Amino acid sequence: MNARSLWSRLALGTLPFLLTLATSTLIIVLMGADPFEAFGNLIGGAYESWSKVADIGMAMVPLMLAAAGMLITFAAGLWNIGVEGQMLAGALMTTWVVQSVDAPAPIMLPLTILAGMAGGALWGVLIGALRTYGHVNEIFAGLGLNFVGSALTNYLIFGPWKPPGGATMSGTEPFARAAWMPTIGNTRASWLALLLAGFAILVVYVILRNTRWGLMLKAIGLNATAAHRLGIDTNRHLILAIMACGALAGLGGSMQTTAIYHRLIPQITGGNGYLAQLVVLLSGLRAQWVPLVVLFFASMQVGSPRLELRMQLDSSLGGVVQGTVVLFFLLVSGIRQRLDARSR
Amino acid sequence: MKIEIDRINKSFGSVRANVDISLSVDEGTIHGLLGENGAGKTTLMKVLSGYLQPDAGEIRIDGHPVAFQSPAEAISHGIGMLHQDPLDVPALSVLDNFALGLNRGFWQRRSRLRHQFFSLCLRFGLKLQPDEPLANLTVGERQQLELVRLLALGVRVIILDEPTTGISEPQKVLLFETLHRLADEGLTVIFVSHKLDDVDALCSRASVLRAGRLAGERPAPLERDQLVELMFGHAVTAPAYVSACGDRVVLQAQGLVVHSHLLELEPIDLQACAGEVIGLAGLEGSGQRLFMEACAGIRQPRHGSLLLNGENLAGAPYSRFLERNVAYVPASRLEEGLVSGLTIREHFVLVAQKRGFMVDWDAAGSNAAARIAEYSVVGTPESRVEELSGGNQQRALLSMLPDQLALLMLDHPTRGLDLGSAIWVWQQLHERCERGTVILFTSTDLDELVDNSDRIMVFSGGKVSSPVSSAEVTREELGYMIGGVNL
Repeated sequence: MNARSLWSRLALGTLPFLLTLATSTLIIVLMGADPFEAFGNLIGGAYESWSKVADIGMAMVPLMLAAAGMLITFAAGLWNIGVEGQMLAGALMTTWVVQSVDAPAPIMLPLTILAGMAGGALWGVLIGALRTYGHVNEIFAGLGLNFVGSALTNYLIFGPWKPPGGATMSGTEPFARAAWMPTIGNTRASWLALLLAGFAILVVYVILRNTRWGLMLKAIGLNATAAHRLGIDTNRHLILAIMACGALAGLGGSMQTTAIYHRLIPQITGGNGYLAQLVVLLSGLRAQWVPLVVLFFASMQVGSPRLELRMQLDSSLGGVVQGTVVLFFLLVSGIRQRLDARSR
Repeated sequence: MKIEIDRINKSFGSVRANVDISLSVDEGTIHGLLGENGAGKTTLMKVLSGYLQPDAGEIRIDGHPVAFQSPAEAISHGIGMLHQDPLDVPALSVLDNFALGLNRGFWQRRSRLRHQFFSLCLRFGLKLQPDEPLANLTVGERQQLELVRLLALGVRVIILDEPTTGISEPQKVLLFETLHRLADEGLTVIFVSHKLDDVDALCSRASVLRAGRLAGERPAPLERDQLVELMFGHAVTAPAYVSACGDRVVLQAQGLVVHSHLLELEPIDLQACAGEVIGLAGLEGSGQRLFMEACAGIRQPRHGSLLLNGENLAGAPYSRFLERNVAYVPASRLEEGLVSGLTIREHFVLVAQKRGFMVDWDAAGSNAAARIAEYSVVGTPESRVEELSGGNQQRALLSMLPDQLALLMLDHPTRGLDLGSAIWVWQQLHERCERGTVILFTSTDLDELVDNSDRIMVFSGGKVSSPVSSAEVTREELGYMIGGVNL
């Protein structure tokens, strides 16, 4: 099966990135700018200072947590579009705890973490129950609930949780200091958030590789009927998988409030729930590649504003690069499968 | 058209599927191609019908050499193949599938298609309803549709790969009549099978393949013993079944009513003792599978009780049935039994009795290796189940069953298996009976039913006969009962 040489595998592996580079160069040239300057700004903008590196680290946290969760649901054959809603639920639950509990940091921080995970998990149960008992496809259930979550967030910000000075798009009042995730020195990077994100991806890696539960999810994803006949309670484990994903995504949402914005704002997720799908696809559903892909995506996010500042290019070019690379990656892996099938 | 195959060779990696095979088939004849699973029959026919390209050798039609790059090219030369599993779209109607298969032009003239469809059905005595959703058709009817499609494409040579697998006796009779009509009209039929009786009943000449080579050719009348020796290289006989039936009642169904959206069965009463084998006879889709699914806990019965060692399990969840050592081996192994994409080792981890959170992959591997050796599965713990042949998938499924079973149900336990594997499977099953397991199984093969069971229940159009002793019933009586007479 792996008859192909190392070189051709290497070539197929780098091809998506080369194609992306070519496409984005073309777009930049069409926009009338110098591609070398643009890429220079993109990379330079991401790594010009320690403060920017810290920003990249923090951009990685929610994305990594959401992607870690999605690895679990993907293994079980689920398209969990609802990750965005699960992140929102985590952020809402955390905000609720912060607003209603008055405690010092050593108690407050664990509480916010647990609240975020619980919020995401409960939101996941909702999707899972709709899927298994209501026979609603998880894509529609998740997508529908994403809108519900975003409407709920706006309602809370402009209603019950509005600051005394009146509601604005800038969100709720800032959290009490006790609910701020501890940072490294004077940077914006929180060591606890980074640690949790790294730990999450490690746990998911072990679950999928070395546990019975991981294997059970894989069996359900490949053939739910046969898995059920082999004695696996498929409904239960599908819901558990979405719950686990929800807990991790909810933690990501929670981090957005306690480690980054220190308040609840509209669009608190920053689209990380959707971006995580691309991360997981680009990593080929393998946990070990997720940190690298997340690093790449986060660098783009932090670097692209400088395109706008220095070259008057739209900063969404970073998003174009992210999307293109995933498309080319999927295209090349499709071609690779065809080649494999033919050589067999 | 006269077909000549000349020294065809085809290898897959190190496996030589076809070695120097030559044979010729005359116009207007039905030619049998016999051989056990893995003998190279399907490969040879795929080469002939353009699905595969030979490594060496030549195909000639009426003396002219041809080389096909695709099945479409073979069809344009008049050679078409009917597959073991018809490829079609279940959600569409019969006529839509027919139109799809013809695949010509953008505009569809429905009335002309319908006319063409009817005239072909009439000519060859087939009874297909054009507006029926394809999902409602039996395997046999889907096969007829595929046949009509090939004929509409103007095919003059028809290759049928194991066409009698999974179809009922009347459908088989109808198929054979159709094939005779085709031959009478001058079409050439190549009939691929591992079933001696079918080849004997149909073919004017038979070629036998063994391990990728042509083992011999015989004209009709075909001698069964000779063919068996050609197929296996030696004579094969199944040991006679000795009943292991005891007195202890294990399974007791009382007024059990099972239904699906298509069919409701009349109440079933059955008492089975430890070690008893009960055959479920009937046309495909007469409710045998529904009854087994109810006994396995996969399907909820509507009324009645189902006692297993005195405990009523009717309505209990599937997991309870598993705890009580009930097992069900489905006929569609890769759809319902095994998980494509997972290895044999991973399957053993999933069904393991000892359950921890973490998986000990090394222990699982050696356990799988031991089971593979015990059940003579051709494969390794790392083989993915979809890479195994049908016979080895069945062996793998049997090897995953718990050692002690109270009740074991099998849907077509030997479907698609060669004679040797089928004998082996029944030896395994009868050994389980000696340990007290009750076995229920379905089959459309009357010989298999009579030879291997203590009693037989016949299912026909929602009716279910009380069990009859297989020692006292004749095949002819069974045939009538399956047809709904004297039930």
